Amino acid sequence: MENVKAFIAARVAKELKDGDVVNLGIGLPTLVPAYLPESVHVTLQSENGIIGTGAVTDANRDPIHVVDAGGSASAVGNGGSFIDSSVSFGLIRGGHVDATVLGGLEVDEEGSLSNWIIPGKKMPGMGGAMDLLVGAKNVIVAMEHTAKGAPKILKKCKLPYTAVKCITKIITEMGVMVVTDKGLVLAEYNPEFTVEQIQAATEATLIIPSDLKPMV
Amino acid sequence: MAKFVSIEEAVALIPDGASIMFGGFMGCGNAHKFVDALSKSGKKDLTMICNDASMPGGPMGEDYYGVAKLVHNKQIKKLVATHVGLNPEVATQSMTDKTLEVVLIPQGSMAEMIRAGGAGLGGVLTPTGVGTIVEENPYCLGKQTINGKDYLLMAPILADFAVIAGYKIDKAGNVWYKGDTSNFNIVMATAGATVIAEAEQVVEIGDITPEDVRTSGVFVDYVVEGGLY
Repeated sequence: MENVKAFIAARVAKELKDGDVVNLGIGLPTLVPAYLPESVHVTLQSENGIIGTGAVTDANRDPIHVVDAGGSASAVGNGGSFIDSSVSFGLIRGGHVDATVLGGLEVDEEGSLSNWIIPGKKMPGMGGAMDLLVGAKNVIVAMEHTAKGAPKILKKCKLPYTAVKCITKIITEMGVMVVTDKGLVLAEYNPEFTVEQIQAATEATLIIPSDLKPMV
Repeated sequence: MAKFVSIEEAVALIPDGASIMFGGFMGCGNAHKFVDALSKSGKKDLTMICNDASMPGGPMGEDYYGVAKLVHNKQIKKLVATHVGLNPEVATQSMTDKTLEVVLIPQGSMAEMIRAGGAGLGGVLTPTGVGTIVEENPYCLGKQTINGKDYLLMAPILADFAVIAGYKIDKAGNVWYKGDTSNFNIVMATAGATVIAEAEQVVEIGDITPEDVRTSGVFVDYVVEGGLY
Protein backbone atom coordinates (compact mmCIF):
# COMPACT_ATOMS: atom_id res chain seq x y z
CA MET A 1 0.00 0.00 0.00
CA GLU A 2 1.39 3.36 -1.02
CA ASN A 3 0.28 5.67 1.74
CA VAL A 4 -0.79 3.64 4.74
CA LYS A 5 -1.27 6.62 7.04
CA ALA A 6 -3.51 8.47 4.57
CA PHE A 7 -5.57 5.31 4.03
CA ILE A 8 -6.11 4.88 7.77
CA ALA A 9 -6.89 8.58 8.28
CA ALA A 10 -9.48 8.52 5.49
CA ARG A 11 -11.27 5.58 7.13
CA VAL A 12 -11.15 7.20 10.58
CA ALA A 13 -12.79 10.32 9.12
CA LYS A 14 -15.93 8.27 8.43
CA GLU A 15 -16.31 7.70 12.19
CA LEU A 16 -16.78 11.39 12.94
CA LYS A 17 -20.24 12.91 12.86
CA ASP A 18 -21.37 16.42 12.10
CA GLY A 19 -21.28 18.46 15.31
CA ASP A 20 -18.84 16.20 17.16
CA VAL A 21 -16.30 17.66 19.58
CA VAL A 22 -13.08 15.82 18.71
CA ASN A 23 -9.60 15.60 20.17
CA LEU A 24 -6.88 14.34 17.84
CA GLY A 25 -3.58 12.93 19.04
CA ILE A 26 -0.24 13.85 17.54
CA GLY A 27 0.88 12.25 14.26
CA LEU A 28 -1.45 10.18 12.09
CA PRO A 29 -4.65 11.42 13.81
CA THR A 30 -3.93 15.00 12.72
CA LEU A 31 -4.37 13.86 9.08
CA VAL A 32 -8.03 12.94 9.69
CA PRO A 33 -9.74 16.36 9.19
CA ALA A 34 -8.47 16.53 5.59
CA TYR A 35 -10.71 13.55 4.78
CA LEU A 36 -13.95 14.84 6.30
CA PRO A 37 -16.71 15.40 3.74
CA GLU A 38 -17.89 19.00 3.35
CA SER A 39 -21.14 18.19 5.12
CA VAL A 40 -19.36 17.15 8.32
CA HIS A 41 -18.19 19.94 10.60
CA VAL A 42 -16.44 18.96 13.81
CA THR A 43 -15.11 21.12 16.63
CA LEU A 44 -11.50 20.24 17.28
CA GLN A 45 -10.32 20.56 20.84
CA SER A 46 -6.69 20.98 21.83
CA GLU A 47 -6.24 19.89 25.43
CA ASN A 48 -3.83 22.69 26.29
CA GLY A 49 -6.71 25.11 25.94
CA ILE A 50 -8.44 25.58 22.58
CA ILE A 51 -12.01 24.65 21.75
CA GLY A 52 -12.47 25.01 18.00
CA THR A 53 -9.01 25.16 16.50
CA GLY A 54 -8.69 26.90 13.15
CA ALA A 55 -6.18 27.19 10.36
CA VAL A 56 -2.93 29.03 11.02
CA THR A 57 -2.46 31.91 8.55
CA ASP A 58 0.20 34.57 8.14
CA ALA A 59 -2.26 37.01 9.72
CA ASN A 60 -3.05 35.03 12.87
CA ARG A 61 0.18 33.11 13.40
CA ASP A 62 1.37 33.75 16.98
CA PRO A 63 3.46 30.82 18.24
CA ILE A 64 4.30 32.69 21.46
CA HIS A 65 0.67 32.81 22.57
CA VAL A 66 -1.25 30.16 20.60
CA VAL A 67 0.03 26.60 20.30
CA ASP A 68 -1.50 23.17 19.90
CA ALA A 69 -0.98 20.15 22.14
CA GLY A 70 2.26 19.38 20.35
CA GLY A 71 3.65 22.85 21.06
CA SER A 72 3.36 23.98 17.42
CA ALA A 73 1.70 27.22 16.30
CA SER A 74 -2.06 26.90 16.25
CA ALA A 75 -5.07 29.17 15.95
CA VAL A 76 -8.64 29.41 17.14
CA GLY A 77 -11.39 29.35 14.51
CA ASN A 78 -14.56 31.42 14.33
CA GLY A 79 -16.82 30.62 17.26
CA GLY A 80 -14.00 28.98 19.17
CA SER A 81 -12.65 29.81 22.60
CA PHE A 82 -9.63 29.58 24.84
CA ILE A 83 -9.90 27.75 28.14
CA ASP A 84 -7.48 26.90 30.92
CA SER A 85 -6.12 23.40 31.64
CA SER A 86 -8.53 22.64 34.47
CA VAL A 87 -11.59 23.49 32.37
CA SER A 88 -10.09 21.67 29.39
CA PHE A 89 -9.71 18.43 31.29
CA GLY A 90 -13.08 18.89 32.94
CA LEU A 91 -14.41 18.94 29.38
CA ILE A 92 -12.49 15.76 28.60
CA ARG A 93 -13.18 13.72 31.73
CA GLY A 94 -16.72 15.02 31.99
CA GLY A 95 -17.81 13.31 28.79
CA HIS A 96 -18.10 16.47 26.68
CA VAL A 97 -15.67 15.21 24.04
CA ASP A 98 -17.47 12.96 21.55
CA ALA A 99 -14.43 11.28 20.07
CA THR A 100 -10.71 11.04 20.45
CA VAL A 101 -8.35 9.55 17.88
CA LEU A 102 -4.91 8.47 18.95
CA GLY A 103 -2.12 6.09 18.11
CA GLY A 104 -0.94 3.08 20.07
CA LEU A 105 2.19 1.06 20.68
CA GLU A 106 0.06 -1.88 21.80
CA VAL A 107 -3.65 -2.51 22.11
CA ASP A 108 -5.36 -5.63 23.34
CA GLU A 109 -8.56 -7.60 22.98
CA GLU A 110 -9.96 -6.15 26.20
CA GLY A 111 -9.78 -2.70 24.64
CA SER A 112 -6.81 -1.57 26.71
CA LEU A 113 -4.07 0.62 25.28
CA SER A 114 -0.38 1.18 25.96
CA ASN A 115 1.26 4.14 24.29
CA TRP A 116 3.03 6.28 26.85
CA ILE A 117 6.11 4.58 28.18
CA ILE A 118 8.71 1.93 27.39
CA PRO A 119 10.23 1.30 30.83
CA GLY A 120 13.94 2.01 31.00
CA LYS A 121 14.02 3.20 27.37
CA LYS A 122 11.51 5.92 26.67
CA MET A 123 9.72 7.78 29.42
CA PRO A 124 8.07 10.71 27.63
CA GLY A 125 5.03 10.79 29.91
CA MET A 126 1.32 10.39 29.40
CA GLY A 127 0.45 14.03 28.87
CA GLY A 128 -3.31 14.17 28.44
CA ALA A 129 -3.72 10.69 26.95
CA MET A 130 -4.90 8.93 30.11
CA ASP A 131 -7.62 11.52 30.69
CA LEU A 132 -8.75 11.42 27.05
CA LEU A 133 -9.03 7.64 27.05
CA VAL A 134 -11.07 7.63 30.22
CA GLY A 135 -13.26 10.59 29.33
CA ALA A 136 -14.00 10.63 25.59
CA LYS A 137 -17.22 8.90 24.59
CA ASN A 138 -15.70 7.27 21.53
CA VAL A 139 -12.05 6.18 21.64
CA ILE A 140 -10.61 5.35 18.21
CA VAL A 141 -7.11 3.96 17.93
CA ALA A 142 -5.63 4.70 14.52
CA MET A 143 -2.36 2.93 13.84
CA GLU A 144 -0.47 0.66 11.51
CA HIS A 145 -1.45 -2.93 12.11
CA THR A 146 2.03 -4.17 12.97
CA ALA A 147 5.39 -2.71 14.01
CA LYS A 148 8.02 -4.00 11.58
CA GLY A 149 5.92 -7.13 11.14
CA ALA A 150 5.39 -7.75 14.86
CA PRO A 151 1.75 -7.71 16.04
CA LYS A 152 0.60 -4.64 17.95
CA ILE A 153 -2.90 -5.99 18.56
CA LEU A 154 -2.30 -8.41 21.41
CA LYS A 155 -4.23 -10.67 23.75
CA LYS A 156 -2.93 -8.53 26.58
CA CYS A 157 -0.71 -5.44 26.46
CA LYS A 158 2.83 -6.04 27.72
CA LEU A 159 3.83 -2.38 28.13
CA PRO A 160 2.37 -0.33 31.00
CA TYR A 161 -1.22 0.63 30.25
CA THR A 162 -2.29 4.11 29.32
CA ALA A 163 -5.83 3.09 30.20
CA VAL A 164 -7.72 -0.17 30.55
CA LYS A 165 -10.89 -1.23 28.72
CA CYS A 166 -11.29 2.13 27.06
CA ILE A 167 -11.09 1.58 23.28
CA THR A 168 -14.18 1.63 21.07
CA LYS A 169 -12.58 0.84 17.70
CA ILE A 170 -9.17 0.05 16.23
CA ILE A 171 -8.60 1.16 12.65
CA THR A 172 -5.55 -0.03 10.72
CA GLU A 173 -4.59 -0.50 7.07
CA MET A 174 -5.88 -4.08 7.38
CA GLY A 175 -9.29 -3.54 8.89
CA VAL A 176 -11.67 -2.07 11.42
CA MET A 177 -11.92 -3.90 14.73
CA VAL A 178 -14.66 -3.23 17.25
CA VAL A 179 -14.07 -3.94 20.93
CA THR A 180 -16.91 -6.02 22.40
CA ASP A 181 -17.49 -7.95 25.63
CA LYS A 182 -16.62 -11.13 23.73
CA GLY A 183 -13.40 -9.76 22.20
CA LEU A 184 -12.30 -8.04 19.02
CA VAL A 185 -14.74 -8.25 16.13
CA LEU A 186 -13.28 -7.69 12.66
CA ALA A 187 -16.14 -5.56 11.32
CA GLU A 188 -14.41 -4.53 8.09
CA TYR A 189 -11.40 -5.85 6.21
CA ASN A 190 -9.21 -4.33 3.55
CA PRO A 191 -9.72 -6.53 0.44
CA GLU A 192 -5.99 -6.20 -0.32
CA PHE A 193 -5.58 -8.75 2.46
CA THR A 194 -7.27 -12.05 3.22
CA VAL A 195 -8.88 -12.60 6.60
CA GLU A 196 -6.21 -15.23 7.23
CA GLN A 197 -3.44 -12.68 6.59
CA ILE A 198 -5.10 -10.21 8.94
CA GLN A 199 -5.41 -12.83 11.68
CA ALA A 200 -1.78 -13.87 11.14
CA ALA A 201 -0.70 -10.25 11.76
CA THR A 202 -2.79 -10.11 14.94
CA GLU A 203 -1.97 -11.85 18.22
CA ALA A 204 -5.49 -11.44 19.60
CA THR A 205 -8.06 -13.83 18.18
CA LEU A 206 -10.35 -11.93 15.84
CA ILE A 207 -14.04 -12.72 15.85
CA ILE A 208 -15.22 -12.89 12.23
CA PRO A 209 -18.87 -11.89 11.93
CA SER A 210 -21.17 -13.29 9.26
CA ASP A 211 -21.69 -9.78 7.92
CA LEU A 212 -17.98 -8.95 7.53
CA LYS A 213 -17.72 -6.02 5.12
CA PRO A 214 -14.92 -4.63 2.98
CA MET A 215 -13.43 -1.38 4.28
CA VAL A 216 -15.15 1.61 2.76
CA MET B 1 -2.04 43.90 47.20
CA ALA B 2 0.39 42.94 44.48
CA LYS B 3 3.80 44.54 44.79
CA PHE B 4 5.62 45.68 41.66
CA VAL B 5 9.28 44.66 41.68
CA SER B 6 12.12 44.21 39.20
CA ILE B 7 12.81 40.78 37.74
CA GLU B 8 16.07 40.66 39.71
CA GLU B 9 14.25 41.42 42.98
CA ALA B 10 11.73 38.67 42.23
CA VAL B 11 14.44 36.12 41.43
CA ALA B 12 16.16 37.04 44.69
CA LEU B 13 13.07 35.86 46.59
CA ILE B 14 13.74 32.26 45.54
CA PRO B 15 16.04 30.24 47.79
CA ASP B 16 17.98 27.17 46.67
CA GLY B 17 15.83 24.08 47.11
CA ALA B 18 12.52 25.91 46.60
CA SER B 19 9.53 24.25 44.97
CA ILE B 20 8.22 26.33 42.10
CA MET B 21 5.20 25.90 39.87
CA PHE B 22 5.61 27.31 36.38
CA GLY B 23 2.54 27.93 34.26
CA GLY B 24 2.86 27.17 30.59
CA PHE B 25 2.60 24.42 28.03
CA MET B 26 5.61 23.66 25.84
CA GLY B 27 6.90 27.12 26.70
CA CYS B 28 3.63 28.83 25.71
CA GLY B 29 2.66 30.76 28.81
CA ASN B 30 6.00 30.44 30.60
CA ALA B 31 7.15 33.62 32.35
CA HIS B 32 9.95 34.01 29.82
CA LYS B 33 11.96 36.92 31.20
CA PHE B 34 11.73 35.72 34.79
CA VAL B 35 12.79 32.21 33.76
CA ASP B 36 15.66 33.64 31.75
CA ALA B 37 16.89 35.60 34.78
CA LEU B 38 16.42 32.60 37.08
CA SER B 39 18.40 30.44 34.64
CA LYS B 40 21.34 32.84 34.98
CA SER B 41 21.03 33.16 38.77
CA GLY B 42 22.81 29.97 39.82
CA LYS B 43 19.85 28.97 42.03
CA LYS B 44 19.87 25.22 42.37
CA ASP B 45 18.19 22.08 43.73
CA LEU B 46 14.82 23.41 42.64
CA THR B 47 11.67 21.33 42.42
CA MET B 48 9.86 22.33 39.25
CA ILE B 49 6.16 21.63 38.90
CA CYS B 50 5.22 22.28 35.29
CA ASN B 51 3.23 20.53 32.61
CA ASP B 52 6.44 19.81 30.72
CA ALA B 53 10.10 20.77 30.43
CA SER B 54 9.47 22.75 27.22
CA MET B 55 12.01 22.04 24.50
CA PRO B 56 15.24 23.10 22.92
CA GLY B 57 14.60 25.20 19.82
CA GLY B 58 11.94 27.82 20.51
CA PRO B 59 9.61 29.40 17.94
CA MET B 60 11.81 32.52 17.65
CA GLY B 61 15.01 30.52 17.29
CA GLU B 62 15.77 30.35 21.03
CA ASP B 63 18.37 27.66 21.83
CA TYR B 64 16.35 26.63 24.87
CA TYR B 65 12.77 27.75 25.20
CA GLY B 66 11.23 28.82 28.51
CA VAL B 67 11.73 26.39 31.39
CA ALA B 68 14.02 24.23 29.20
CA LYS B 69 16.74 26.72 30.24
CA LEU B 70 16.43 25.64 33.86
CA VAL B 71 16.82 21.99 32.90
CA HIS B 72 19.74 22.78 30.61
CA ASN B 73 21.54 24.64 33.41
CA LYS B 74 20.93 21.67 35.76
CA GLN B 75 19.07 23.78 38.31
CA ILE B 76 16.25 21.27 38.71
CA LYS B 77 16.56 18.42 41.19
CA LYS B 78 13.01 17.17 40.89
CA LEU B 79 10.50 17.64 38.10
CA VAL B 80 6.78 16.98 38.47
CA ALA B 81 5.27 17.02 34.97
CA THR B 82 2.88 15.31 32.59
CA HIS B 83 5.06 15.04 29.48
CA VAL B 84 8.80 15.52 29.06
CA GLY B 85 9.33 13.80 25.70
CA LEU B 86 10.11 16.93 23.69
CA ASN B 87 13.05 17.89 25.89
CA PRO B 88 15.71 15.16 25.47
CA GLU B 89 17.82 16.63 28.29
CA VAL B 90 15.25 15.35 30.78
CA ALA B 91 15.86 11.75 29.67
CA THR B 92 19.63 12.30 29.80
CA GLN B 93 19.57 13.79 33.30
CA SER B 94 16.98 11.37 34.72
CA MET B 95 17.86 8.07 33.06
CA THR B 96 21.56 8.34 32.12
CA ASP B 97 23.06 10.78 34.65
CA LYS B 98 20.43 10.07 37.33
CA THR B 99 20.72 13.62 38.64
CA LEU B 100 17.07 14.54 38.05
CA GLU B 101 14.05 12.88 39.65
CA VAL B 102 10.97 12.91 37.44
CA VAL B 103 7.43 12.26 38.63
CA LEU B 104 4.87 11.92 35.84
CA ILE B 105 1.20 12.71 36.48
CA PRO B 106 -1.70 12.66 33.99
CA GLN B 107 -2.31 16.17 32.71
CA GLY B 108 -5.92 16.46 33.78
CA SER B 109 -5.10 15.05 37.21
CA MET B 110 -2.23 17.50 37.64
CA ALA B 111 -4.40 20.48 36.75
CA GLU B 112 -7.05 19.39 39.22
CA MET B 113 -4.56 18.48 41.97
CA ILE B 114 -3.12 22.00 41.76
CA ARG B 115 -6.62 23.46 41.70
CA ALA B 116 -7.47 21.38 44.78
CA GLY B 117 -4.33 22.59 46.54
CA GLY B 118 -5.18 26.20 45.83
CA ALA B 119 -8.83 25.74 46.75
CA GLY B 120 -8.19 24.17 50.13
CA LEU B 121 -9.37 20.70 49.17
CA GLY B 122 -7.84 17.50 50.51
CA GLY B 123 -7.48 15.76 47.16
CA VAL B 124 -9.07 14.80 43.89
CA LEU B 125 -11.01 11.67 42.98
CA THR B 126 -10.45 10.93 39.31
CA PRO B 127 -11.08 7.89 37.11
CA THR B 128 -7.89 8.75 35.19
CA GLY B 129 -5.09 6.28 35.82
CA VAL B 130 -7.19 3.47 37.31
CA GLY B 131 -5.53 0.14 36.46
CA THR B 132 -2.26 1.82 35.41
CA ILE B 133 1.06 2.45 37.17
CA VAL B 134 -0.30 5.84 38.22
CA GLU B 135 -1.69 3.82 41.14
CA GLU B 136 1.95 3.47 42.36
CA ASN B 137 2.62 7.21 41.99
CA PRO B 138 3.72 8.97 45.21
CA TYR B 139 0.82 11.40 44.73
CA CYS B 140 -1.75 8.59 44.55
CA LEU B 141 -3.26 8.05 48.01
CA GLY B 142 -5.48 5.09 47.20
CA LYS B 143 -8.53 3.96 45.30
CA GLN B 144 -12.20 4.44 46.07
CA THR B 145 -15.35 3.04 44.52
CA ILE B 146 -18.22 5.49 44.27
CA ASN B 147 -21.55 4.43 42.73
CA GLY B 148 -19.84 1.37 41.30
CA LYS B 149 -17.06 3.26 39.53
CA ASP B 150 -13.39 3.24 40.56
CA TYR B 151 -11.48 6.44 41.21
CA LEU B 152 -7.94 7.26 42.29
CA LEU B 153 -7.49 9.63 45.21
CA MET B 154 -4.77 12.06 44.15
CA ALA B 155 -3.08 14.41 46.60
CA PRO B 156 -3.38 18.18 46.32
CA ILE B 157 -0.30 19.99 45.02
CA LEU B 158 1.02 23.21 46.53
CA ALA B 159 4.39 24.91 46.13
CA ASP B 160 6.58 27.55 47.74
CA PHE B 161 6.22 29.70 44.62
CA ALA B 162 4.01 29.90 41.59
CA VAL B 163 5.44 31.78 38.63
CA ILE B 164 2.76 32.72 36.16
CA ALA B 165 2.67 34.76 32.96
CA GLY B 166 -0.01 37.14 31.73
CA TYR B 167 -0.12 39.39 28.71
CA LYS B 168 -1.62 42.38 30.50
CA ILE B 169 -1.53 42.83 34.26
CA ASP B 170 -3.05 45.90 35.82
CA LYS B 171 -1.75 47.78 38.84
CA ALA B 172 -4.04 45.80 41.11
CA GLY B 173 -2.41 42.59 39.87
CA ASN B 174 -5.37 41.45 37.77
CA VAL B 175 -4.29 39.25 34.87
CA TRP B 176 -5.48 38.99 31.26
CA TYR B 177 -4.08 36.11 29.23
CA LYS B 178 -3.50 36.15 25.49
CA GLY B 179 -4.33 33.15 23.30
CA ASP B 180 -4.03 29.81 25.09
CA THR B 181 -1.33 30.97 27.50
CA SER B 182 -3.75 30.68 30.41
CA ASN B 183 -3.32 26.86 30.50
CA PHE B 184 -1.79 25.97 33.90
CA ASN B 185 -1.26 29.62 34.91
CA ILE B 186 -4.82 29.96 36.17
CA VAL B 187 -4.73 27.07 38.65
CA MET B 188 -1.12 27.69 39.66
CA ALA B 189 -1.89 31.30 40.57
CA THR B 190 -3.99 29.87 43.41
CA ALA B 191 -1.52 27.28 44.68
CA GLY B 192 1.80 29.00 45.32
CA ALA B 193 2.56 30.27 48.82
CA THR B 194 4.12 33.23 47.00
CA VAL B 195 2.86 34.09 43.53
CA ILE B 196 5.03 35.96 41.06
CA ALA B 197 3.30 37.14 37.89
CA GLU B 198 5.17 38.34 34.82
CA ALA B 199 3.37 40.81 32.57
CA GLU B 200 4.25 41.50 28.98
CA GLN B 201 2.54 44.82 29.60
CA VAL B 202 1.62 46.51 32.87
CA VAL B 203 -1.57 48.54 32.41
CA GLU B 204 -3.66 50.92 34.48
CA ILE B 205 -6.55 49.77 36.64
CA GLY B 206 -9.59 49.76 34.38
CA ASP B 207 -7.66 48.85 31.24
CA ILE B 208 -8.70 45.25 31.84
CA THR B 209 -12.45 45.20 32.38
CA PRO B 210 -13.50 43.21 35.47
CA GLU B 211 -15.30 40.72 33.20
CA ASP B 212 -12.04 39.95 31.40
CA VAL B 213 -9.92 39.37 34.51
CA ARG B 214 -9.14 35.65 34.68
CA THR B 215 -6.72 35.69 37.61
CA SER B 216 -7.72 38.17 40.28
CA GLY B 217 -5.00 40.33 41.74
CA VAL B 218 -5.83 38.96 45.19
CA PHE B 219 -3.88 35.82 44.25
CA VAL B 220 -0.81 37.73 43.07
CA ASP B 221 1.97 38.78 45.46
CA TYR B 222 4.55 40.22 43.06
CA VAL B 223 4.33 41.54 39.52
CA VAL B 224 7.31 41.93 37.22
CA GLU B 225 7.21 43.60 33.83
CA GLY B 226 8.91 41.44 31.23
CA GLY B 227 8.03 43.44 28.15
CA LEU B 228 6.57 42.07 24.93
CA TYR B 229 8.04 38.71 24.01
